[in-house]
Amino acid sequence: MKLLAVTACPTGIAHTYMAAEALEVAAEEAGHEIVVETQGSAGSTPFTPEQLAEADAIILAADVEVRDKDRFAHLPTVTSGVKKAIGGADGLIEQAVAAAEAAPRGSTAPALAVEQSGPGTASGLMAGSASSASKVRGWLMTGVSYVIPFVAAGGLLIALGFAIGGYQITDAPSVTTGFDWGSSTSWAALMFQLGSLAFGLLVPVLAGFIAYAIADRPALVPGFVGGLVAVETGAGFLGGLVAGLLAGGLIFWMKRWRAPRALAGIMPVLVLPLVGTAVVGTIMFVVVGGPLAAATTGLTSWLNGLSGSNAILLGALLGLMMAFDMGGPVNKAAYAFAVAGLSTQSQTALLIMAAVMAAGMTPPLALALASTVRKKLFTEAERENGRAAWLLGASFITEGAIPFAAGDPLRVIPSIMVGSAITGSLSMAFGSTLRAPHGGIFVVPLIGNPFGYLVAILAGTVVSAALVIALKSVGRRTQAGTVAGSAPAPRAAATV
Amino acid sequence: MSEPLITVDLVDLDLPSDDRRTAVRALAERLVKAGRVTDIDLFLADIEAREAQMPTGLEGGIGIPHCRSAAVTVPSLAFGRSTDGVDFGAEDGPARLIFMIAAPEGGNTDHMTVLAALARRLVRKAFKNELLGATDAAHVADYVQKEVAG
Repeated sequence: MKLLAVTACPTGIAHTYMAAEALEVAAEEAGHEIVVETQGSAGSTPFTPEQLAEADAIILAADVEVRDKDRFAHLPTVTSGVKKAIGGADGLIEQAVAAAEAAPRGSTAPALAVEQSGPGTASGLMAGSASSASKVRGWLMTGVSYVIPFVAAGGLLIALGFAIGGYQITDAPSVTTGFDWGSSTSWAALMFQLGSLAFGLLVPVLAGFIAYAIADRPALVPGFVGGLVAVETGAGFLGGLVAGLLAGGLIFWMKRWRAPRALAGIMPVLVLPLVGTAVVGTIMFVVVGGPLAAATTGLTSWLNGLSGSNAILLGALLGLMMAFDMGGPVNKAAYAFAVAGLSTQSQTALLIMAAVMAAGMTPPLALALASTVRKKLFTEAERENGRAAWLLGASFITEGAIPFAAGDPLRVIPSIMVGSAITGSLSMAFGSTLRAPHGGIFVVPLIGNPFGYLVAILAGTVVSAALVIALKSVGRRTQAGTVAGSAPAPRAAATV
Repeated sequence: MSEPLITVDLVDLDLPSDDRRTAVRALAERLVKAGRVTDIDLFLADIEAREAQMPTGLEGGIGIPHCRSAAVTVPSLAFGRSTDGVDFGAEDGPARLIFMIAAPEGGNTDHMTVLAALARRLVRKAFKNELLGATDAAHVADYVQKEVAG
């Protein structure tokens, strides 16, 4: 029988290794194979995906929390204190064998465990067999898995705010200046403002946990702060991706430095976060932030010059922009352009506003549709996000697409850009107009030619969903070898 | 490794058996004399803190007082043998072999690997028997050092 064991103790210098030795000796005497992961201070070598897949049972002998426990979700488990493994290793081996025989593992079990690889995973930097593309995807997915609850909670609060308070709720005074318990407007403002605060955390959380996935806890601070800088400079979600990868890569590299003994103890809590944050923050502010802000400004003035030309082309262009970064600077440039036009009350401005909102609604809707009709192409976390994305899209909260795009930007972003471009140009072609700057499906009664408007949204949604499905299917097939071979790879342990 | 884990000065084949604290202090003093522990009070406080989490006595007459401490300069082992045994809280009685493991705070992985190797030896019967039967401190130090390095 093939057994695994994890040993861990508070100090990490004695019991961890004694228990490991005792278990190895006892397993050998009983004629079983065992691999022990010693989560102690001499560093631990994580189980390989093959070991995890082939194991019949696992023993967790620990007095402290076992790291990355969800790797073992598919295995019969025997739990004990670390001392018991030293004195009574043979008893634990017997129990593990009994547990394995009582619960023969189903053939689908390991796959299930992979599917559950949601929050809490430091992903597979150490997984030797994983291709670099799937490693990057693992990091991004870890970030995404932490972002999804923020999108869901914040987005639904914002949607509720719109549903109760109408589109003008964005202009409501801050609830800190006064809150009327009996007023529905106050409640709507409260929901909207709470949701907006939660949305303010999207990019920092994304960046922070991408960094965490790459280089563990010391990378959290540079990641989070780098993400904040992305928000501050208007670099948005794409800036957050850059900040997260940058922070993770930097800390991963710095961790391999041989620190002088006097510094070794404070490396993870002080030196790495401090230096990492300073470096990542500087790069984000000076290198990434400046050009992005300049691009946004340039884009806006260019758009203003463009509005006289072909309306349908303009609709397509605005659609591309709305979908490109889902609430980031390019999206905001298009949106600001439309809202600024509203004040002129010209017919063109109303057309543009309608096209921009429609194009901003399709990305979440398309991904909701895609993750509903082709469940297998999406992770469990993505499917759950897909359910929320219906409402987010209907509420014109383009950010609902971010979790999908962050996990697989190269397939998702082009797909939703095409669909949004179609929606934008159709909305222009149908002559739909909109006087409200926001509100999604809740302001459809205010829209000129609502039927054409809904057709435009529907068309873009279906096209984007079809493209996402097609691209993900193709990608899946060419990657099949590596992905299947390294199935539990993103689950490999943290490196510290 | 520039410094061996254990030297003859760190072996006490006739450890005082009055109580745990006396025994621990005797071994700690050897570490101080050898220049491996800079501050005995800090070190003993760290040892006690670990002991308070859970007693370090193990079945089979072994006690392993240990800690990571800022007072430790080099990963070290001080070994003591007690004729009558010292109570380290193990269920089956007092400890006759006492291994005091001192690890520096934030020591690097190489250091810790040596201590891990030592910990693995502690559960082997042959290792215990060799130490129980030893008559010469220098031999004990040599034997442990060889076992850990090999």
